[in-house]
Order: sequence, then C-alpha cells, then structure tokens
Amino acid sequence: MAAETPVVELKQITKRFPGIVANDSISIKLHKGEIHALLGENGAGKSTLMNILFGLYQPDEGHIEINGAPVAIDSPNKANELGIGMVHQHFKLVQPFTVTENIILGMEPSKAGGQIDYKTASEKVKKLSDQYGFHINPNARIEDISVGMQQRVEILKTLYRGANILIFDEPTAVLTPQEILELIEIMRRLVAEGKSIILITHKLKEIMSVSDTVTIIRRGKVIDTVKTAETSPFELAEKMVGRNVSFKVDKKPAAPGEKVVEISGVTVKNKDGIAMLDGMTFDVRRGEIVGVAGVDGNGQTELIEALSGLRKIDSGSIKLGGREIGGQTPRKIFEAGVGHIPEDRHKHGLVLDFSVSENMVLESYYKEPYTKRGFLNFRAINELASRLVSSFDVRTPSIQTKARSLSGGNQQKAIIAREINKNPDFLIAAQPTRGLDVGAIEFVQSQLIQQRDQGKAVLLVSFELDEILNVSDRIVVVYEGKVIGEVRPEETNDQELGLMMAGSKQGGHMHESSK
Amino acid sequence: MNQANKILKWFVSDSFIVSLAAIVLGLLLGAVVMLVGGYNPIEAYAALVTRVFGSAYGIGEMLRETAPLLLTGLAVAFAFRAGMFNIGAEGQVLMGMTGASIIAITLPGIPTGLHMILAVIFGALFGGVWAGIAGFLKAKRGVNEVITTIMLNWIALFLSNYIVRTFLLLKGDQRSENIPASASASIDWLSSAMNNARVHWGIPVAFLAAVFFYYFLWKTKQGFELRAVGSNADAAHYAGINVGRNIVKAMFISGVFAGLAGAFEVLGVFHYQAIYSASPGYGFNGIAVALLGMNHPFGVMAGAALFGTLSYGSGGMSFEAGVPPEIIQIVIGSIIFFIAAQGIVRFVIKPFYGKRKKEKVL
Amino acid sequence: MKKAVKLSLFMLLAFSLVLAACGNKNSAGGVKVGMVTDTGGVNDKSFNQTSWEALEALKKDGKVGDIKYLQSKSNADYEPNLNEFIKGGYDLTWGIGFALAEAVQKVAGQNPDAKLAIIDGAVDAPNVESVLFAENEGAFLVGVVAGLTTKTNKIGFVGGMEVPTIQKFEVGFKAGIEAVNPDAKFTPIYASGFDKPDEGKAAAATLYDSGADIVFQAAGGTGTGVFNEALDRFKTGKKVWVIGVDKDQSLEFGNDVTLTSMIKRVDVAIKTVSEQVVDGTFKGGQTTTLSLKDDGVGIADTSKANVPQDVLDKVEDYKAKIVSGEIKVPTVE
Repeated sequence: MAAETPVVELKQITKRFPGIVANDSISIKLHKGEIHALLGENGAGKSTLMNILFGLYQPDEGHIEINGAPVAIDSPNKANELGIGMVHQHFKLVQPFTVTENIILGMEPSKAGGQIDYKTASEKVKKLSDQYGFHINPNARIEDISVGMQQRVEILKTLYRGANILIFDEPTAVLTPQEILELIEIMRRLVAEGKSIILITHKLKEIMSVSDTVTIIRRGKVIDTVKTAETSPFELAEKMVGRNVSFKVDKKPAAPGEKVVEISGVTVKNKDGIAMLDGMTFDVRRGEIVGVAGVDGNGQTELIEALSGLRKIDSGSIKLGGREIGGQTPRKIFEAGVGHIPEDRHKHGLVLDFSVSENMVLESYYKEPYTKRGFLNFRAINELASRLVSSFDVRTPSIQTKARSLSGGNQQKAIIAREINKNPDFLIAAQPTRGLDVGAIEFVQSQLIQQRDQGKAVLLVSFELDEILNVSDRIVVVYEGKVIGEVRPEETNDQELGLMMAGSKQGGHMHESSK
Repeated sequence: MNQANKILKWFVSDSFIVSLAAIVLGLLLGAVVMLVGGYNPIEAYAALVTRVFGSAYGIGEMLRETAPLLLTGLAVAFAFRAGMFNIGAEGQVLMGMTGASIIAITLPGIPTGLHMILAVIFGALFGGVWAGIAGFLKAKRGVNEVITTIMLNWIALFLSNYIVRTFLLLKGDQRSENIPASASASIDWLSSAMNNARVHWGIPVAFLAAVFFYYFLWKTKQGFELRAVGSNADAAHYAGINVGRNIVKAMFISGVFAGLAGAFEVLGVFHYQAIYSASPGYGFNGIAVALLGMNHPFGVMAGAALFGTLSYGSGGMSFEAGVPPEIIQIVIGSIIFFIAAQGIVRFVIKPFYGKRKKEKVL
Repeated sequence: MKKAVKLSLFMLLAFSLVLAACGNKNSAGGVKVGMVTDTGGVNDKSFNQTSWEALEALKKDGKVGDIKYLQSKSNADYEPNLNEFIKGGYDLTWGIGFALAEAVQKVAGQNPDAKLAIIDGAVDAPNVESVLFAENEGAFLVGVVAGLTTKTNKIGFVGGMEVPTIQKFEVGFKAGIEAVNPDAKFTPIYASGFDKPDEGKAAAATLYDSGADIVFQAAGGTGTGVFNEALDRFKTGKKVWVIGVDKDQSLEFGNDVTLTSMIKRVDVAIKTVSEQVVDGTFKGGQTTTLSLKDDGVGIADTSKANVPQDVLDKVEDYKAKIVSGEIKVPTVE
C-alpha cells in the first residue's frame, strides 16, 4: 500500500486570506479507488482546499502532485484536463435545457456544417448512465427532474469530461434520505470502476457508511487522518470540534402546562386553489416541544407561514393564549409573543448586507430604547448586539461585520439569539439545524430545550428524523396538509415514523381532524 | 475622532480609489480620442478647468449645473437603496417644474419668499406623487417600476406641455409666462457678486438634501426599514416591516428629490417653464450621477460635482481649444463608462494595487 | 495606486510633448464675431448652419477677424454661452433662433456695453439688433407654385411645431395656394419638434398616402424625414414633390423630389448686421423684418429645373403685387 503512488497528493498547501490562514500546511493523499472524506466544521478550510485543487485559487505555499508528477492547476479547465471533476453543492445547470444539453454544454460534439450532434451525445450519456446505474433519461428537461436526479446530471457531467478524480462538495445537504442511500450506492460503484473520490461533508453518519479514509480539518490544519474502519463517530466528532460532543440530547422529562397555541381546522390554499393545509388541528402546551414530522411538501412551509403571519389563512383559527392571531400581520403576531427561527435563514432570517448589530434589532428596531424620537439609538443597539453575541457565542470579528460574512452556524446563532431575546411565549423553530455542523447542532438543540424548561411552548419543524425523535416531547405527523397521527418519541422509532410520514395511519393514537 | 478616522478610511477604500482611477482612465481615453481627432488634449483640459474655476461666474454656473444633477442623482440613488430602479426622475423633474410653475404663475400676490417656498413645496410634491404612482403600482400590483416610470416619463412630458400651453402660456411663444419676482429662487445679491451667474437657493438645498439622505437612511427608524426592504424584502416582511408602504414611501421621497430639481430650474434658473419637444434629460443624467456616486449620498455629491464640472467646463473645451461637442461627449461618456465598468478599472490598476494590498497583509 | 497616478501623469506628459509644437492660435485681428446656436446645433441644415456659413464667408472675404460658435446642449446653456463671448471680448454676439430671445434679453441687460443680435426673435434692448423675416410672404410664393403644379389637387404641409413662427409659414403658404387654385385641398400636419426626422417621415407618408402630391416642410431637422419619404417613393417609381425651406434644399436632396425651396436669407441678415459692426454703423435697439421687398425671403434660383417658366412668371407677378402692397399676405388665420 505504501509503495503505491497516490492519484492526488496535496503537499503542505498553505493559503492565506487577509486576516486569516485558511489552509495551514495541509497534506493529503488520495489513492486510486478510494473514498476519502474531508471532515470539518463550517469554515474549517475544506472548501478553500478543494477550490485550490479545482484551480479556482492558487496556493501561497506547497504544491499538488497528480500520479506523482507535480502540476500547476491554474484554472478549472486545467483541472478538467487533469481528470479532476467537481460536483458542486449548488448545481450549475441550465433549467430549461435537457440532461444531454447540459452535459455537453461547452464541449458540444458537432456534425458537418456546425450542427450539434445530439444523437451521438445522448447515446454516450445513456451509456455512461447505464454503466454507473444512474437511471437517467438523457432527454428529460432539468426543471422536470428531482433534485437527486439533477445531482446525478452533475456527476455525469464530470464523467463525460473524463474525470477520474471526483470532488463531492456537501452532496447530501439537499437530498432526501432515500436519495442519500442511492447516492452512496453510486459512489461505491464509481470507486469500483477505478475512480477516486474526495467527499466534503460534516455529516458523520455518511462518513461512517461510505468512506475508506477520513481526514479531519480544524481551523485550517489537519488534525488527523484515520481509516474509517478504525474509528467511531464519537472520536471523529471530538476531533472535528475539539471537545466532547454528546449525541444524545440531555433533557429532563417534559412538564407540559396549559395550552399556549391552539391550531384548529386551519386551511390554506395555494394559487391554484389546492389546499396545502387541509383542516390542520393540534396544540402546543407550555413547557413542551412539539415536533412536526413529515416528508417535505406536506404543508410544513404553509403551516409556518400561517403561524408567523406571512400567509393569510382561508379558514380555521390559530389562538395564542386564547387570542386569535390567524391572518394578523407578522408584526402583530411578534408582539403577541411569537418567536420564529425561519426555515431559510438567508431569505427570511437575516438581511445579509446589514451588520450583525442591525440584524439583532431587525424586529425590534422601532421600539424604545432602539429608536428615540424617530432616530436610531446606536448605543442601545450596539449594547444589545454585544450582549447577544457574547451570550450566544456568535463568532464574528465585530458586531459591525456584515451578516453575509458569517458562517452558517454563526448566522443561525445570531437569529436564535435575536428570537430568544424577545422572550416569546411560543417559539417556532423551522429546520433550525439545517446545514450546521455537529457543534452548532448541539448548541441549537440545547437552546430549544432550555426554552422549554423555562416554560415556553416550542414547535420544531424538521425533516431530520433523528432530531425530531431526540428533541421533541411529542410528535405530530403531517401528511397532505393534515395531522395524520400523534406519537411520543419514546414510544416509537424511525421505521414507524417513516411509515406514518408516507401516509399510513398506524401507531400512536389517531388524531381526528375536523371536517 | 472616530468620524475623522472613518473619513480617512473612506479615502483609501476600494471604491474611492477605483472611482479616481476610472476618472483618470476616462480622461486618458478622452485625450486619445482628441489626439486622433487632431486636437490638443492638454489645452482642452486646461480650458475646461479654466472655464469652471477661472472666474466667479464659472464657479456659480458650475454649481447651477450641478444642483439638478445632484438632486436627480439622489432621487435615483434613494430609490435604489430601497431596492428600486427609478428611471422616471426625468418625468418627476418635469412634474416638479409644472407644480412650481402653477403656484408661481397662477397665484400672484403672495409675499416674496413665502411664494417661492410654496412653489418649491408644490414642485416637490408633484414630483413625489408622480414617483409615488409607480411605487403604488409596484406595492399593490407588483408592476415593475422600471416599466411604469418609463411610461410615466412620457405622460409627464405631454401633461406638462399641455398644462403650460393651456394655462400658463406666454402668448405667441413656446413657454410659460415669466414667474413673478415674489416666486424667484435666485439669490440676487450673490448672483451680482458672481457676474450674474445664475446661483439660486436650489444649490444649498441640493447639498442639504444629500445630508438629509444620509441621516434619514442610516440614522432613522424609517431609513432602517427602507434599507431592510431594499436589501432583502422577504426578511423585512418576515420581520414585520410593511414592505408595500415602504416601497411607496421610498418612491415618494425619491420623486421629491427630482421634483425639487425641477422646481428650482424653473424658479431659480429660467424663471419660466419651456414647452419641451423632448425630455430635457435631467433624470437620465441623474442615473449616470447615481452610478458615479455608487448610490451613496456623498458619492452622488462628488459625482454630480464632477458631472457638472465636465458638462459646464466642456463649453470651454470647444471655445478655447476648438474641440467639437461630439468629442466632448465622448470624453464624458468614457469617464462614466470606466466607472460603470469597474471590472476593467480593477484589472488595469491591479498590478499596482494588488501588490500594495499584499504587503499590508504580510 | 501612487504608481497608477504617476503612470497616468507620465502618459499625459508624453502626449503634451508630442503636441507641444501643434499649438496654433490664430489672432488675426479685426472684428470678432461669435454665435450661439440653439439646441439644434451647428449642423442643423437650417438657420444655424446658414448663419455659420455666412460668418465663414465674411471671414474668408477678410471683413471680420475671429469667428467662433458655441453649441447649446440645453436651454440652460444659452446664457453662459452668450456670456462666454461677451467676456471673451467679442465685438458682436449672435443668438440664433427665437429660443434664445429670453437669454439675449437678459444678457444684454447685464452687459449694456456689449453688442448682440438675434435671428428670428424680437428683443427690446438698446444694444440688441433683432432680425425677423416675413416668412408668410415667401411661403405665399411657393404656395403659388404648389397651387399651379399639383395634379391631384391635394397639397400638404409639415410643420416642426405648432408655434407662431411656423404657423406664419402655413398661413402664407395656404394663402398662396388659394390665390391661384381655390379648389385645392390643403392639409397641415405638425410634429412635436424640430429634431424628429422619424415624425417628419411619418407625416409625409400620411400626406402622400392621402393623395397629396406636394408637401411643403417648415420643420428643420424633422423636414429631413419628409425628403427621405419622398426619395423612398421616388425610388419605387412614384413621383411626389417636396418644397424645401430656409435655403435651397435641392442642392442637398436633388432635383428628383425638390420642386422648389422657400429661401430665408439668414445669411443676408448675418452679413448686414455684422458689417454694421465693422463699419461702426451698428445702432442696436431695432427690430428689422426682412421681407420680399428686401429680398430677405424668396424662392430658390434653381427652381426653373422643375417649375415651368409660365408658373415662374406667375410667381413674379405675385411678388410684384406683394412688394407694391397690392396684396397683403396674412400672418395669422
């Protein structure tokens, strides 16, 4: 093994940006037929490293060897020539084009007379697809196929260009659990055919199931490189975060009090008149976390929007502490005592071009002491921001830093700080840990539980079954805009939940919705 | 102390240096064009500077040229800060002119000064309401403001002409009657001290408007809302800010700036309102000025002063150096081009600039 | 950045060295005459251009020294442009066009020692000489030509803008037609400005389509569109006529479509008043209207190319009657 030349070797790569060292003398060897995982928190330097390998950045020190020969990769085109392909987290596909058109984009095979030879191209795509078990229709339009399929198109694109070394950047972030299993299958087939893979991720579960070797990066440095078979998730997490991480969420049994939120018969229709929420009914009590489980698209988004006032409800009622809040404006609902950690933190949670400090008062800027006689009181605003930043451990160079330049985890912490600081009776947390690393997930979840323990009502909407099972005190399962069942986490497991989410009404006690 | 530091910082900031480099590159390209055309660029640029800064008259007229540019530039920049592209400053200027003319001409006998202030306020309101229409249509119906403001420009042109022709016309001429002295915004004592340069109250008002812009947008509650809506309307909506109302408000204020420009052109410069066969172009220049100033009020100030200097000084280029107006337009155009095409400027100055930056880091 | 500035300065320096020898200042001495155009600019193929050509002719003949023009980008430029000449010590400053009347009035008042003159506008100031033209009389003559030449008995008119100066053309033209051909149908169309060739073309198309075979244009740059429409039709084999304005437009648009032109001797006015300054006979404070009698307006000498002699004779008859005062040409309807 030691005698074999690695297909890619990164030697002492150092990359500095103004004020920080993104990569500090990083060395990694990728062998043929290997899946090599790069594990690290957000902002640890994984993406910088891969951008260097893919020719988007130049290292300040160190060099890259491909099959033992030193190379200078000065552009993505050069990387392509060297057989390096990258599957980006955010797909770079032309939506109205077909699969084949997207794959050949930029290197269209032509017939005599300059016409594009679609026939040959789509045959070649078909052949590749069959070889690796992609099951892709080369003539389907991108906008018509699922996210998982789109990702396969990205993979095919690199294979079509003759890539032997594939870089996967957080490939599972956008996939459903089923799609993740299929992706893992595809990755296994790729290495079986002699390709080599670098997998960038911060999800331990995936690493354990698919990788051969793991390199852990923390703050720009390699902490360790280990064989996956010889390690455990606990060890990896500890190395990644630099301290002990508990996977089991510590919490006392819930002590639910009176009903804070009563949602009864809420119906919301979309533009086409289809009921996205169809008489949804459930309640949340003081001192409990209610988890909403369901496959994406079964009314979760509409439920959150209705609860936070972003969407009018067509019928039914939402009561907070006995007062109707359905159909009120977002501000009225906030003022009534609702906090909301939104699903999409870039779209709804933050104004990215505002400073951390400005974002902290995004909902309360108009109140005393933040505004006095129409003028913003920056002293009060900055005081608040400094206090929240330090008590919620938001890592930012300064409170005047733009929210855009914070890492995902710190952005989320900032939002949570803002929402919890309002001291709401009812806290809605929509996908609060999406895209976060282990350390941040632990922080967010413990905050939710702390709120519960302080007697708040918490609603947790999540597509991560583990999170629902670990954090909730009670689980309502939604299907096609209705509550289809209600279970206690200690009385169920992910198989049963999975079945219920797929629409079969078994387990738990039935919850009859009105109408 | 902190403030001084901030200003210092701004001077070495990227945007400032890039703007400066863009101006230099624009002047160089202009020089090349003049050389090719057989004119002496040194002589021409010297003539430009002399015409503007060589006499009190020149400075006064440059300020007169700058004031409407500054106000329309602020109008465009203000709307932009709230996430909208106000192409309609042109029409709002015309409506500002019309509003001011109506008050000035049809209501004689109001005491001097008060009459002028009333006319200015009406002009500003006319401009504000005109822009507010586009804001309202966007807020209520989601109609793209670019389209509505362009359409409103035409309506403003013909509506203004109709009003002047029907109610305010000077018999046998293509313009309104003269406004009475009580409504004049000219600063007569200063004007005679500057060899009859047409200085008027709109000049200080324009600079105050820039200061107002800054304080309103960055220091007040309402400005916070406007910026939030402009940067991320979804997040603003989610945070409980009434997005629609802010869109209308932003467009109204934007229109007020443009309306002021129009009002002062009538009350301070011409003392009558002409019937225009085509849009006079104030608002379109305002877009260029906002672009030059990167939509920051103080940047717009600098941009308007530059544009005003070039525009007024260009007469000197043709008078002293015989450069034809077409080539002068190319020079002005190339400066704007380089500022708009920042990528090119950054590329050109990179060898010098990049090195400096690196040294700083290490 | 410092280097960038240095580099630019160096380049500028290099340019200046190359050019050091090229400086050619001509201060010929003699009377200095300046002119300020309206927003139409000096190449408007109309009165601005005619005025400038007249000044150039004067300079060529050695009658005046320096001549110079300044173009106005907007009507805010009129005042500073006039002032530029006055401060530059020019002996006479022309304002070309009625749009400059207000500015000339103001600047004249502020500079009582300066001499100014204006074309097409009446300014009441002791140091301004105003020159107007009896366009209605000239238009009457081309109206006679049109009335006698039309085969379809339909005649059109395209005006640049519905303003009194242009309406004078329409009224005179109409009177001329009615004098010789009372049955002819007359249709006027006005554009929205003097710089809209597209509107001029569209207006001409409308008139020709409705059966007119002659169109008189008094529309500055907009009139170019009228000629272009006629030329387009001529190329497809349809014969239509345009009557030009201000100067002999057959020289520019050719005899295929130019029936005749109504001449406005702006050049005579420029020459006369400028020479008064040279001679020291400039009085100022007068408004002169140049009419048929003064040969200030008339029809182009080249008209015989397309107009038969008997028609031209008729024109001469009417001219004599107008000059003698037997016929009074109206100015307003």
